[in-house]
Amino acid sequence: MSADLWVWVAAIFTLAIMSYLYKDNPVYKVAEYLFVGVASGYYLSTYYQNVMVPNLFIPVGDGVSALFGGQVTPDLWRLFALVLGIMLFTRVMPGPSWPSRWPMGLLVGAYSGLAIIGFAQGDLMAQLQDAMIPAVDGDSLRQFSESQSVGDYVINSLWVIGNISLIVGLLSTLYYFFFSKEHRGVSGHVAKVGIWFLMISFGASYGFTVMARVSLALDRLRFLFQDWMGFTIIS
Amino acid sequence: MAGVLHRIEHVDRRIIFLIMLVSISVPLFYPMNLPIRVSPEVRLYYEAIEALEAGDVVYLAADYDPGSKPELDPMLKASLEHLLRKDIRIVSATLWPAGVPLLEAGLDTYARDKYSREYGVDYVNLGFKEGKENVMVQLGKSFRAVFPTDAYGTPLEELPLMAEVDRFADVKLLVLISAGYPGTKEWVQQVRNRYNAPMISGCTAVSAPEYYPYVSSNQLSGLLGGLSGAAEYEQLIGEPAWGTTGMSAQSLGHVTIVILILIGNVVYLINHRRKVAA
Repeated sequence: MSADLWVWVAAIFTLAIMSYLYKDNPVYKVAEYLFVGVASGYYLSTYYQNVMVPNLFIPVGDGVSALFGGQVTPDLWRLFALVLGIMLFTRVMPGPSWPSRWPMGLLVGAYSGLAIIGFAQGDLMAQLQDAMIPAVDGDSLRQFSESQSVGDYVINSLWVIGNISLIVGLLSTLYYFFFSKEHRGVSGHVAKVGIWFLMISFGASYGFTVMARVSLALDRLRFLFQDWMGFTIIS
Repeated sequence: MAGVLHRIEHVDRRIIFLIMLVSISVPLFYPMNLPIRVSPEVRLYYEAIEALEAGDVVYLAADYDPGSKPELDPMLKASLEHLLRKDIRIVSATLWPAGVPLLEAGLDTYARDKYSREYGVDYVNLGFKEGKENVMVQLGKSFRAVFPTDAYGTPLEELPLMAEVDRFADVKLLVLISAGYPGTKEWVQQVRNRYNAPMISGCTAVSAPEYYPYVSSNQLSGLLGGLSGAAEYEQLIGEPAWGTTGMSAQSLGHVTIVILILIGNVVYLINHRRKVAA
């Protein structure tokens, strides 16, 4: 067993959180509340040191010093940001909350602008461009025709239909989200193909999510078995 | 028979937890040594770093926190190992408040202790900065404007490495180890095209499916997805570590889940047919 006190603390809290798998209990609650408290303290302290001090207190302090003959450039305009920040709090205070809408509007506007530009040039245009591909690409067709064995034929045929399935998947999925025409008859079949492609993508996402969660569980087990109990994990 | 099927369909979830616990614990002590096949995206990640030359500078973003440490720490460590082995210089930072100690631990273990690199000359830790996409965009214009000091309060003017590097145009590659928001998606959207900055990413398995199209469109020059991506990368650099060790347990865990899903569906269908027939 480990002789490190903090390893014991971490192990006890890991087991306390895992005890929820059996059922909700007071030990789990204590660990949960403690975690929330510690995390809040950590984030508050980090944001104070990394946001408030360098972006507000130091520049404003320099600005005040400049007013009294200091040698630094005044940076008092940052007080405007402080006022906007304080206005945000009127939302949770008794009395009128309208002042909070101004800074909120500024935040929403700025982030919307960034997000729209980012999405348009980073996602929309680049992915559209990447989707403009020939239905069958020459290289994979040549590879298919040069196949030597049944296995090669099977693998290379998948490459040949790769672009086709991408095009069919893209168009049918887009069509599924086109609601101006009722999904009946031919359009219903196209939409159903779109649903199949969506289901496959959800399945892939679920598979990756399972992988992520198993990885997290594995790391905790490694910690408990190796770091805490002192067993050797074989690689 | 009907009673057994009914009991299976309504099995206590704690029994499933127990089965999972056993299935992922046993391979930690009795590994199956399954072969690890390197996927094209991981090979591209490896080749992007291999293409760098000694003395080149990369920007390393460690945008994750302890919640994603099991998946992303192996990637950070393997990337540091690969970069430092090739004598690449590193400017690093994080946009996640809880990422600071993780990045610092990685740099201390590999750059300072294992490779005896000099801080400020061979690597720099800029620390954390709030601002998400704003910071990404501003870093493309000037590191010094965003980070007047490094993580330890030293002005960047006093660090020799930062005299050579002040924006993304000055670095050869962006190495993004990212868990979520802000992360790879925002780096691609805000920085890739705006500054024409080549980038590779190591991400959690949950976000990997969303990022594969970025590799196909060459917006990402390589991608590691989840612990399996880390294991494949460890194979390529010849440094098997936790990613590789965890693969047997991970694989058996997956097989167990697939079997449980199949049993659940088959039993449900049989019970459903019986109910309809009755």
